[in-house]
Amino acid sequence: MLKSFGNSKGKNISIWFEEMPISVQEGESIASALLSAGVEYLRTSPLSGDSRAPYCWMGVCFDCLLEIDGQPNQQSCLITVQEGMRIRRPALNFGDSV
Amino acid sequence: MKEIYDLLIIGAGTAGLAAAIKAARHKISVLVLDEQCEAGGQIYRSIRTTQSLRPEIYALLGADYQRGDNLEKAFREAGIEFLSGASVWQVEPNLAAHFLRNGKSLKVRCRSLLAATGAMERPVPIPGWTLPGVMGAAAADVLLKSSGKVPSGRVVLAGSGPLLWLAASRLVSAEVEILAVLETTKYAYYLHALPYLPQALRASEYLLKGLRLKRQVWRAGIPVFSGIRKLRAEGEQNLKAVHFYHRGQSNIFETETLLVHEGIVPNTQLTRQLSCEHCWYERQRYWHPLLDEWGNTSVDGVAVAGDGGIIAGALTAEASGHLSALESAFQLGVISKIQRDNAAKSYRKTIRHHQAVRPFLEHLFPPNPEILVPLMDSTLVCRCEEVTAGQIINAVKLGELDLSQLKAFTRCGMGTCQGRMCALTVAEIAANIQGKSPKEVGSFRGRPPLKPITLGQLADSAD
Repeated sequence: MLKSFGNSKGKNISIWFEEMPISVQEGESIASALLSAGVEYLRTSPLSGDSRAPYCWMGVCFDCLLEIDGQPNQQSCLITVQEGMRIRRPALNFGDSV
Repeated sequence: MKEIYDLLIIGAGTAGLAAAIKAARHKISVLVLDEQCEAGGQIYRSIRTTQSLRPEIYALLGADYQRGDNLEKAFREAGIEFLSGASVWQVEPNLAAHFLRNGKSLKVRCRSLLAATGAMERPVPIPGWTLPGVMGAAAADVLLKSSGKVPSGRVVLAGSGPLLWLAASRLVSAEVEILAVLETTKYAYYLHALPYLPQALRASEYLLKGLRLKRQVWRAGIPVFSGIRKLRAEGEQNLKAVHFYHRGQSNIFETETLLVHEGIVPNTQLTRQLSCEHCWYERQRYWHPLLDEWGNTSVDGVAVAGDGGIIAGALTAEASGHLSALESAFQLGVISKIQRDNAAKSYRKTIRHHQAVRPFLEHLFPPNPEILVPLMDSTLVCRCEEVTAGQIINAVKLGELDLSQLKAFTRCGMGTCQGRMCALTVAEIAANIQGKSPKEVGSFRGRPPLKPITLGQLADSAD
């Protein structure tokens, strides 16, 4: 969904998304790193289950919420990637039967 | 971090940085909090990283962006206490601010608080706007700054306003394949704006810049459709096509990305939560906190600087940050009233200059009526709780419901975004049906938590 323009002097670093290793560039947000690596959506709506990706890229739409290093509901468009980060989609939807 | 500061600034964008620099110069103790990873706000988003890691993008973004270099450098060199990655989720009436950082909730007190929380893009509720692939045009610009990324496939831009053209021009420079620019601006709006042109010529640099941006898009051979109607996004799991009407004809573009824009509006979440009085700005149809000429709100000790007050652009925001810091210095007894007023003169002159172009721009680019009240009842208004325009219309028709009641009836505004994305639309729909102005209908109350917080974090933060 996304691609780089120009060269980045940033190192390549590895993060984990849904238990899969992904190589990303230093100095970019988690959301943009994932959507550049071929991930097509970040989360699903807790109600309909429809796919969502960031709309605002600045922290107001909350469609980038992910679980980051065990912390739920993190705004992944505001957080820079760090080596070894473990990222997951929200574990449980409110609409799921518990 | 100390326990208490003279001035707590929330937001390290243009206004917040300017205020911090000025306040520090007057030896006021300052703490700046920002939810992003580095200073710069949206206009100068990630300026330090872009400059050091992505030189081609730093060059592409040009003088409007590079201007932030001096501001950010002055801020850093002043040795001002700054916590990035700090999301404020509540400010108590005694001005104790609670924020999340590194997974923990922390608390800091202050004698005065400056909300420099800036603006957000006006949400554009069209059919299909929740599909991955649909995002704001200014959002795409912010993405270029924050991560050096652009959409990888074909792009259509749609809407109105200066930032639509800025985004289009920057994407042209970044060699993105743009299929078309679909303008919702009508020819009639040029007539509405014309009487304000002589005044706008006093700040002609804005008009020349606008023409330059448009020329760049035309020269790239990108078709521009003006006065388009009935815009909608289509797809299953992600965006596949954009439909619209132009001169009565149905048109379709198959595309991977649609960038929408209908201007920007103040981000009032924090001033709402603090119960500051807000006013309705009819011309651009948004709420803004009621401010005096120094940026003071109706709540003692709480001020606003920058576009979180009224939309006026980066250079006015910077000047308003300085004014606000002068006022703080005066209130703390550091400078006299005369010193404050004298120091303010040059900033007021700057603001007057940049304000000259606003009436022209605001008449030329009013938000598209088709998104104020969505055309189709099936359009999602509340993205979080998936409430459609039709559901809100039905709830309003049950009786003269106010916004809090609409929230309780439909759950609109109760999701993670806390109404940031739907509040304006819900008010417009209610006002439209009741034959009132949104001014009379009101808005959602701002309630903590302003950001998602776990019960564990909440419990750990208790005194």
